Amino acid sequence: MTVATTQPPGTAARLRRGLLQGLPLGPAVVLLGVFLVGPILYCLYSAFTDMALTGAAGAHFVGLDNFRKAFSSPEFQQSLVYTLIFTLVSAVIGQNLLGMLLALLMRSGTSWIRAAVSAIVIGAWVMPEVVAGYLWSAFLGDDGSFNKILGVFSLPSQDWLFSIPILAVSLANIWRGTAFSMLVYSAALSEVPKEIEESATVDGAGTLQRLWSVTLPMIRRSITTNLMLITLQTLSVFGLIWTMTRGGPSNKSQTLPLFAYQQAFQLSQLGYGTALALVLLAIGGVFSLVYLRALRLEDGRR
Amino acid sequence: MSNSLINGGSRRHLHKVAVDVALLVVAAGFVVPLLWLLLAAFDARAGVSVAWPHPWTLDNFASILTYETTYRPMLNGAILCGGGTLVTVFASVLAAYPLSRYHFRAKRPFLLTILFATGLPITAIMVPVYGLFVQVNLINTLTGTILFMATTALPISIWLTKNFMDGVPVELEQAAWTDGASTMQGLRSIVLPLMWPGLSVVTIYTFIGLWGNFFVPFVLLSSNDRLPASVSIYTFFGQYGQVVYGQLAAYSMLYSLPAVLLYLVLSRRLGGAFSFGGAVKG
Repeated sequence: MTVATTQPPGTAARLRRGLLQGLPLGPAVVLLGVFLVGPILYCLYSAFTDMALTGAAGAHFVGLDNFRKAFSSPEFQQSLVYTLIFTLVSAVIGQNLLGMLLALLMRSGTSWIRAAVSAIVIGAWVMPEVVAGYLWSAFLGDDGSFNKILGVFSLPSQDWLFSIPILAVSLANIWRGTAFSMLVYSAALSEVPKEIEESATVDGAGTLQRLWSVTLPMIRRSITTNLMLITLQTLSVFGLIWTMTRGGPSNKSQTLPLFAYQQAFQLSQLGYGTALALVLLAIGGVFSLVYLRALRLEDGRR
Repeated sequence: MSNSLINGGSRRHLHKVAVDVALLVVAAGFVVPLLWLLLAAFDARAGVSVAWPHPWTLDNFASILTYETTYRPMLNGAILCGGGTLVTVFASVLAAYPLSRYHFRAKRPFLLTILFATGLPITAIMVPVYGLFVQVNLINTLTGTILFMATTALPISIWLTKNFMDGVPVELEQAAWTDGASTMQGLRSIVLPLMWPGLSVVTIYTFIGLWGNFFVPFVLLSSNDRLPASVSIYTFFGQYGQVVYGQLAAYSMLYSLPAVLLYLVLSRRLGGAFSFGGAVKG
């Protein structure tokens, strides 16, 4: 009797319970579906049309035309190069190495100096990006503090935002983002057992050698994670560059997000702009997959 | 023997001095732009370089503290970011519950998708989002912007909330269930109070992120009376030729203040250099 009656409703009840249990996921799934997955699908569609801001009705399927146009356009190639420079200089080299250096130095410094340094570096990180943009425009401008400092050493002054804008925005991004790497690396280094490093010292390893062959391999996982995360953050920087240079002068600091913005909104080519955005999304997607993979691989190894 | 000890001691001392000097050099490089902000805000005739205010004055603050320049954008920012944070935290808590408590087949793919989404450059989807918002008439509305901002913060927020919820033992809830409490009652009266520290971290972290966001409101809102501080600072100072730098610094200071204060609360809560690394590593 019990077997006969519970079996058929059993599956139905299980299904109902499953639905009931999944119900709390609803709001999040709806939001992510409508505002994240929706736009991405829309992006996939409109990147293949000639959609314009003005006449929304006249969108035609144009196949790969937008992409062909992009990859043969010198402006686009230039913006790819600038995106690469910006990411490499400001994230992979600047934030990453400086963050690591700070985290290492922080382990053995006088405590009040350590506190002051971390307050300043984190203070720069907490500043909203628009504010950081203005601070750095002022700092690097013609009469700015940077030129005053150079003047003290009788070095030639110039308007850095005008002469090498991509380096100027990269410096600002290093200033703003280093705290993140510093915090990630400080947390990672604090988990390295002291005994292991000490035994390496007893074995006669020098500071650099110990760092290279003992300490760094132990925080390998954090280095991968951090590199992926800061690369992803840097790829989507817009406000900082926009407030400092607006991508200029003559597009010499125009990274991919700014180029896509200009084409879509200022030149009203929504289809083309979306195709450019899709390229950025694809690059970000690849890095995000690598990040995911790194996390999983390392998890399996533990 | 004693000789080598002294040598070791003085070498260690020398090492420490070298480290301190290096730290101070880096700090000096970082502090100049911040110093400009602090000094120029109190200097009515501030230029772009660091200079001691002469005399110290509150004039810059007095001239920007008007409804249209400061109060309204701050209020808009509070509505946008407060609303967005509420939506995010609400949806995250609900979503984190089944992800933390139940086993189902779609759980792993779902979590991986969430983690993948945390990495996607939101900047890239602003163009299609603009197109979408025009078509469904959400463009230039606070509601639409709040919902979109909440969604951008959702992946990382769900991830963090789930991890914090995993730390609350399920046995406590089971006791409540035997007393006849429903799942949602258990969540509200047992789980949430216990994970309150973690939840406040998620809340503050989300709010700071949204408060600093420039691009999303910049694209989705156009009426001056709806712009938050992040955008109005740009429309107010970026579009006129002559910039009054003292006022710009004063405004930047006021606008950054909530983020700085909330960060202080956050870091106290997390205890220094923090489990942030742990949160990032997942």
